[in-house]
Amino acid sequence: MLEIKDLRASAGDKEILQGISLTIGKGEVHALMGPNGSGKSTLAQVLAGHPAYEVTGGQVRFEGQDLLDLQPEERAQAGLFLAFQYPVEIPGVTNAYFLRAAYNELRKARGLEEVDPMDFLDVLEEKLKTVEWGPDIMSRAVNAGFSGGEKKRNEILQLAVIEPKLAILDETDSGLDIDALRIVAAGVNRLRSAERSFLVVTHYQRLLNYIVPDVVHVLVNGRIAKSGGKELALELEARGYDWVDEAAGVA
Amino acid sequence: MTEPYVRQFEAVGGNGAGDGPSWLPRVRRAAMDRFATVGFPSSRDEEWRFTPVSPIAQTDFRPAAPAALTRSALQPFLFGHPEWPQLVFVNGKFAQDLSVLPSLPPGVRLGNLATALAGDTGLLERHLTRHAAPETTPFAALNTAFIRDGALVYVPVDTALDRPVHLLFVTSPDAGGTVAHPRNLIIVERGAKASVVESYVSLAGGATYFTNAVTEVVSGENAWTEHTRIQRESERAYHVGLTHVDQARGSHYRSFTLAMGGAIARHNLHVRLNAPGIETLMYGLYLTHGDQLVDNHTAIYHDHPECNSWEVYKGVLDDRSRAVFNGKVFVKPEAQKTDAKQTNRNLLLSSGAKVNTKPQLEIFADDVKCTHGATVGFLDPAALFYLRSRGLPPAVARKVLTYAFAGEVVNEVALEPVRRELDRLVLARLGYPA
Repeated sequence: MLEIKDLRASAGDKEILQGISLTIGKGEVHALMGPNGSGKSTLAQVLAGHPAYEVTGGQVRFEGQDLLDLQPEERAQAGLFLAFQYPVEIPGVTNAYFLRAAYNELRKARGLEEVDPMDFLDVLEEKLKTVEWGPDIMSRAVNAGFSGGEKKRNEILQLAVIEPKLAILDETDSGLDIDALRIVAAGVNRLRSAERSFLVVTHYQRLLNYIVPDVVHVLVNGRIAKSGGKELALELEARGYDWVDEAAGVA
Repeated sequence: MTEPYVRQFEAVGGNGAGDGPSWLPRVRRAAMDRFATVGFPSSRDEEWRFTPVSPIAQTDFRPAAPAALTRSALQPFLFGHPEWPQLVFVNGKFAQDLSVLPSLPPGVRLGNLATALAGDTGLLERHLTRHAAPETTPFAALNTAFIRDGALVYVPVDTALDRPVHLLFVTSPDAGGTVAHPRNLIIVERGAKASVVESYVSLAGGATYFTNAVTEVVSGENAWTEHTRIQRESERAYHVGLTHVDQARGSHYRSFTLAMGGAIARHNLHVRLNAPGIETLMYGLYLTHGDQLVDNHTAIYHDHPECNSWEVYKGVLDDRSRAVFNGKVFVKPEAQKTDAKQTNRNLLLSSGAKVNTKPQLEIFADDVKCTHGATVGFLDPAALFYLRSRGLPPAVARKVLTYAFAGEVVNEVALEPVRRELDRLVLARLGYPA
């Protein structure tokens, strides 16, 4: 599904990703953990094609394509989805319009016919259940005036509508109370399948109690310092990140 | 260059020969003298600093002449139901055959000014030129000197017009090089309700002509008036307009102005609050491209206590176009408990576009809530990336965000069919398929 080889990226003069290698197979859920400033979110944004970062080295293959060659919208059309850490507010565009526009752009890219607003309502009805929402949310402007929890739920709703091959969740758990966390995690779990992979970026182990990963990676200073099974997350929770840092330093 | 106008004025016998009531020639003459004295404004005039009118002043426009048009030629400008009242003016002259005058509630008068002047029983003498003073701008004086035709809308006490009235001012294909001075009077009496749409459109393609319009609006006690002004002249035309509104106690006046035409287009909207308990909403949207210059000057006079005014003007500017916004809010010492809010927001689609925005608040009362804000900026890169990350190509993402920016004011139009028509115009301008 996704193969990252020695990826390096900078913001301005600062190199943030200093040679990341990571492979995610079909249907796998990988967690990416690490202290603040380790480059977790940068990796998520670089994979989505954020223009603020410059890729200075390495390769990324996604479903056999050179991901770094693609524009952000082409990455989305190829099946990559990023749930933003800070979803953007878009006053004046309703959630319904936004979701249908995205849905139709992706259909167009696959040579399928666009759906009209009425048919899209049927599509939505099912998807709203994923995040335990009623239809009211559809007439509100995208994320405008949403609480932190609502914004994250809205990201998962988009994920449900767009049905990507690979979903990157960038600190989706940050700023969520326990109820919202449960809803968001349950939504993600409903969307897990043998065909869909996840990269769950998080600072805390808490989310991984709900979204149980197959593999856990620890990112320190722009490099993967350690990888392991789901028990690695628990160890990080108990011991913090410093020991990984030191271990990596020794290695 | 006032001489051509003075000549035109004298050529028709002081413009008062044979038509209109006896009081009118004096008014016209005084206005002509006023214009001849003050002349066209120069860029040294603070009110016209960013809007040079020399292209208008230096062109020797002929008076517009009547022209015959077919109803089908008007198709692009019509909206709503075909039976809705519609007054059509071609080159400033009323075209009865193109107009639609359905039966209306008793006492409602809907017609043209020339006819009404010929048989005036005092209504026009009481109102015409009494609200929009010729001294307001040199162009208002010029319009007053040439008062001849335009629309009269009169809605009597406690009467509701449930359908919008469309005043359609069309410039004919052969009207290049001409000037028209439409003059409109809208009176919504105590407890009455009306929605009036005033459209300035063109069949004259890329022709240069000059529309110099003045509209007076009288809003009676507790009256409800929605006034929509759509300016989509030829992009080589000049358009100058003044709308003056007088509001009585407890009345609600809401205005929406859409400006998208004209090489140089200027609109002054002046609203005077003549009693307590008034509510005024002023929304505006200007969409410019190429080398267009669109100027909106608004002024609201809070002369009495406990009135609310809410103003939002937005602009979307592309290419090398320019926009000017000047919003004056005057609050008199006795106008306590005034609640006035003014916002002007501009979206630049090109780095060559330019905006001059100036809020101007003069507040002499102390127990008031008055705020203003102005912004000029480009599309939010974070929002663009967000949309692209969901699969929208950049051109589509830009359109979605631009439409969202503009749509926020269009949504404030109360009457649904009017709102839909404005929405259609905005979408078409932004390049969406119909």
